[in-house]
Amino acid sequence: MAQPKNFGYDADAAALKAQAEKFFNDRLPVDQLHALVAHDSTPERDPVVDWKPEIWAEMVELGWSILTVPEEKGGLGLPLVAVAGLIEAQGKAACPSPLLETLNSGLVLSHCDQADAGFEAILEGKSVALAFADQHGSYEPSTTQVQASGGVLSGAAYFVQEAGKVDALLVAAQSDSGIAWYWVDKSAPGVSVKQDAIIDLTRDQATVTFDGVSAVQLGSDACAAFTAAHPAISALLAADVVGAGEWLLQTTVEYVSVRKQFDRPLGFFQGVKHPLVNVMMAIDETKSLAYSAACAYDCVEPNTQKAGHVAKASAADTADFSASRAVQMHGGIGFTWECYVHLYFKRQMHSKALYGDAVWHRAKLADIVFGPIAA
Amino acid sequence: MSDGARVDTSEQTAFREHCRSWLAANHPGEPPVRLPQSAIEIMNSDQMDFLQAWQKSAYDAGLVGCDYPEFCGGGGHTNFQRIANDEMIRAKTPILPNVIGLGMAAPTILNHASDELKAELLPRLLSGEDIWCQGFSEPGAGSDLASVQTFAEPTDDGKWVINGHKVWTSLAHFASWMIILVRTDKSHKYDGLSYFVVPIKSALGKGVTVRPLIKMTGELGFNEVLFENLVVDDRMRLDELGKGWQVAMTTLLFERGAGNLDTPRAGGMTSKASFTTSVSAVVKLAKETMRGSKPVSDDPVMRDKIMQELVREEGFIQTSRRGRVPELTDHPMRIPLQGKVQVSELHQRTANLAMEVGGAKGSLYLGDDAALEGGQWTLGYMNSFGFTIAAGTSEVQRNILGERVLGLPKSK
Repeated sequence: MAQPKNFGYDADAAALKAQAEKFFNDRLPVDQLHALVAHDSTPERDPVVDWKPEIWAEMVELGWSILTVPEEKGGLGLPLVAVAGLIEAQGKAACPSPLLETLNSGLVLSHCDQADAGFEAILEGKSVALAFADQHGSYEPSTTQVQASGGVLSGAAYFVQEAGKVDALLVAAQSDSGIAWYWVDKSAPGVSVKQDAIIDLTRDQATVTFDGVSAVQLGSDACAAFTAAHPAISALLAADVVGAGEWLLQTTVEYVSVRKQFDRPLGFFQGVKHPLVNVMMAIDETKSLAYSAACAYDCVEPNTQKAGHVAKASAADTADFSASRAVQMHGGIGFTWECYVHLYFKRQMHSKALYGDAVWHRAKLADIVFGPIAA
Repeated sequence: MSDGARVDTSEQTAFREHCRSWLAANHPGEPPVRLPQSAIEIMNSDQMDFLQAWQKSAYDAGLVGCDYPEFCGGGGHTNFQRIANDEMIRAKTPILPNVIGLGMAAPTILNHASDELKAELLPRLLSGEDIWCQGFSEPGAGSDLASVQTFAEPTDDGKWVINGHKVWTSLAHFASWMIILVRTDKSHKYDGLSYFVVPIKSALGKGVTVRPLIKMTGELGFNEVLFENLVVDDRMRLDELGKGWQVAMTTLLFERGAGNLDTPRAGGMTSKASFTTSVSAVVKLAKETMRGSKPVSDDPVMRDKIMQELVREEGFIQTSRRGRVPELTDHPMRIPLQGKVQVSELHQRTANLAMEVGGAKGSLYLGDDAALEGGQWTLGYMNSFGFTIAAGTSEVQRNILGERVLGLPKSK
């Protein structure tokens, strides 16, 4: 299916994004966000899961958590480009929630052969996270350290996003017949969650251990389903980076327009102005690539894998660049805990390597463009 | 990852069909001479004659100037030019030589000249029979354009006498006409500027001297233009006296690709005679270039570098696409004003990367049979600085973006 020139971003998509921006602005403005997640500056603090479940309950009520459930399975039938707008708004608010992980899980389930039970749970309002990484933080399920035997899971999944918030886990586990996806309620006997001490205050991450946990198999080929969903996950994560990047840019622009040195606002000086323009252009690149990857996914384009890698490769670099310039251009105040910039700086640091860093994505891209390197 | 299918109206569909069938039958084919990489590098009359004949034939077929009013020599349509451009580029035609005329002079004349002047000047501009050049920069007025000193003094019989020195004037050695920014009042920097169209070719030796400048590539391309008591009728003035800066802003808006009318564009012809800078060409070069016993495309570091550029190029393409979707843009000028700096820097990096892929062969130039693509990458890299400097340097573009889009305080 050929791509529409407007990325398929229609009035409904624009309305969803506007609704989401207003929602996050009302529910969790940045001062309240800071009070919620940055109440303890101690570097060695014990990890905690700071979020507002009541905000999430409203998001579920609004139907946002089911947006990647296919229409024929009871979803709303909105294209991924519309979902990208929602995630861009969430990124701009840096709102802690299991939304992205639940949507990602819906995307993976969409490529699974026995996924109905998973969709039903998401339609009931359950939140879900993907559990597949090994102890080294693999970006794909192929080296999972969870084993399945007769529908019982053992082992551990690492770097599980939003594990402290979700109701359930979609776990990649190795059995005699290959790696498959399994559905596990987080409250099931034998599941234990140990929160990681992470830099990002707006998300949580954990190691999840499975000790003889009964699980339901939902997809028989975990790697294939993950690969098929991966461009969409990349597009959404890139949209989050764009939202957070835009917050960093606009906040920094406001600051350098007010803060004076040498009797001039800082933004007068080209040494400040030009890097901020470069940040703007980097955000625009990532935004265009995020929506084009989402559009390619919606259109089932043959180039979808390539578009996903391009989007996240750009997003990883933009995450880094937007964050570093915001702190630098704020000067001394940008280096403090009280300045809100660090919340977004840390979210971008985390987003950089989520679901693949820039070099990893470019290597995948090179394999598509050049073919694999000859042995 | 293409721009994808567009939804045409029935008139547009018919027009697209017309473009396709005409181009299939009338593509000018392999040129008899080496063609330049862009119109502002046309060096000799063999190149210019070939390209002017091509523009004239495309104009006669209705593919150039489609969105201009009929009394100006245009097609009188709306949103047809974009289709003609798509089809000309798809058909890999030669470039249109009258690039300053089509991209800058024509929209400025359309927006600011009298109907009489439009009807007089635009038909031969659109057909390419009259080549146009632009007289903005001066030895003392580069990035600070409003400091131009070329002076137009009124005569007793209502005419103007122009004296001054314009520089970096692309195509002046072929031009019949020039759009020119002059000072008519020395006491006001901006409000003392006025805008004229002036003859060049017919005034050579009669108040106008064109002196070619040789570029670092060894090519000709731009010129100095000296005015010594050139007399011009008042009807050649665009808009009101003292409104030259506002008119110049129209020119620059279109020059930077941010105008509301699609500029006629063609090109894409690939042959030994012509050459297009693209990352896909670098990919091909990396597969073909050996470093020891392995192709460069098997080097993980070079793969990463090339993929970095591929991401940037695809980002530029998709941002151009997004610029036409108002729901996905926050500030209306945010994407249009980026176009010039983005495309010029993209081409610069891409050409430089190609030479890095080429390794030792990057040292070879046009006169060497073993040079990369006949030396075109090396030439393209050097010529890329023309684009990052001309039409507002990358630094000036960043000032404009910072001030007009981000709202930062003015750096002047």
